[in-house]
Amino acid sequence: MITVCRIEDLPPGESMRVTDGVPAPIALFNADGAVYAIDDTCTHQDASLADGWLEGCFVECPLHAASFDLRTGRPTCLPAKAPVRTYPVTVEDGHVLLHVSVGEPV
Amino acid sequence: MKTIAVIGASLAGLSTVRALRTEGYDGDIVVVGEERHQPYDRPPLSKDFLKGDISADALALGSAEEYEELRVRWLLGRRAVGLDPAARAITLSDGQELHADGVVIATGAGARTVPGADGLAGIHTLRSLDDAEALRADLLNGLPRVVVIGAGFVGAEVASTAHRLGLQVTVIEALDVPLERALGREMGLLCSSLHTDHGVRLQCGTGVTGFSSGNGRVTGVHLADGRLVPADVVLVGVGVRPATDWLAGSGVHVDDGVVCDTGCATNVPQVVAVGDVARCPHPFTGRHARIEHWTSAMEQAGTAARTLLSGTSAPPPSRPPYFWSDQYRIRIQLAGHVLPGDRPELLDGDYESRSFTAVYRREGHPVAVLAMDQPKLFNRLRRTLVPAVAAAAP
Repeated sequence: MITVCRIEDLPPGESMRVTDGVPAPIALFNADGAVYAIDDTCTHQDASLADGWLEGCFVECPLHAASFDLRTGRPTCLPAKAPVRTYPVTVEDGHVLLHVSVGEPV
Repeated sequence: MKTIAVIGASLAGLSTVRALRTEGYDGDIVVVGEERHQPYDRPPLSKDFLKGDISADALALGSAEEYEELRVRWLLGRRAVGLDPAARAITLSDGQELHADGVVIATGAGARTVPGADGLAGIHTLRSLDDAEALRADLLNGLPRVVVIGAGFVGAEVASTAHRLGLQVTVIEALDVPLERALGREMGLLCSSLHTDHGVRLQCGTGVTGFSSGNGRVTGVHLADGRLVPADVVLVGVGVRPATDWLAGSGVHVDDGVVCDTGCATNVPQVVAVGDVARCPHPFTGRHARIEHWTSAMEQAGTAARTLLSGTSAPPPSRPPYFWSDQYRIRIQLAGHVLPGDRPELLDGDYESRSFTAVYRREGHPVAVLAMDQPKLFNRLRRTLVPAVAAAAP
């Protein structure tokens, strides 16, 4: 488990990339108050999803506009075909906690 | 409609096949491809694939399972050489004649070259997977001097890749300012300075008149100003020409590509065109021009499929044209369309650090956005762009 930041540092509509203490970069999103964590690298080609466009529970890749469902990691349109991994994330005492050891491919 | 022939096993062709099935078309689909490969992704050909970081398998756009699901019949390694709309017949280079109720023209474009390049070893163009494999083999054969003719995006990406492979690279550009047509003067200068940042020589404002050679292999490039640039490997990246020769005599209207309406419909019923070969009016730019972007090929496919199946022109994609280029580990992204006189305004970052976002304005309206290594801000701003028609209004 990693303490990422305070929840004030990840306000609704914002995203963040975590690279320390994780095997591969993870992107965190605050989608209207709900915090989600997924693999940061798009499964299509090399781009950071934390840089993507957040709309509801979906993030659009900033390079080729593949879209992923933050809840499941599944792509909702081409060009991505493979899911990203999702990771459990909780907010406790105002801190965003990332539970990295548990995430598995959908 | 019982049979649709898609001419071109490309991103545009495959995307149209997918869209036809999504739209509920249940008939036969035949895809004709000049290359022996099933559809693959071309952008990495000048980047990761050329460098050797990814294999040809990684370029595949679809999988065997998907193609089974799509129920596609492939006719690869042969090209269409004629179309007879009255007979609904397509003649192929192996003499075979195909009959189809609907035709999707997705033949793309071929690389232009320069006089004197034919028949000399060491001179390449880059369009196909086979082109990329041949160029890569030449770049890795131990001869260090690479000359890139044309400082457009393909040329710039190849120069960047060759530089990263440790080769000595010279880029030659006929225009005074590379990329001026796409980006305007100021940003054209800025983007092309990535070459000189990395010690790649950039020579602008001089054309190429021919080549020197020895034993059938290129040894140098003759410039219009009289100089000779020594070269072991040459990449000619001077643009493309739409692949429409096969439509001669078909009645399909061709003029710098297949002339279409906004719905990708040609002047011939049940014949649509998509991708690099299609010249459609664009609702965002207001121009009737071919757009050679990867994203356009993806987006147009749905329109073309709906037009073909319904028989009436479907609404076009309305997002601003978009492309990206990766050079010297910097990601350049442009959305919208830049006209001469549109002024770039720096919104974030700074030009010197090669990390910035700039917006082009026309009559005060944002009409294009250009970024280096600022994808997040870029993607916010591309959603705020104003179509040309609206931007022209006072």
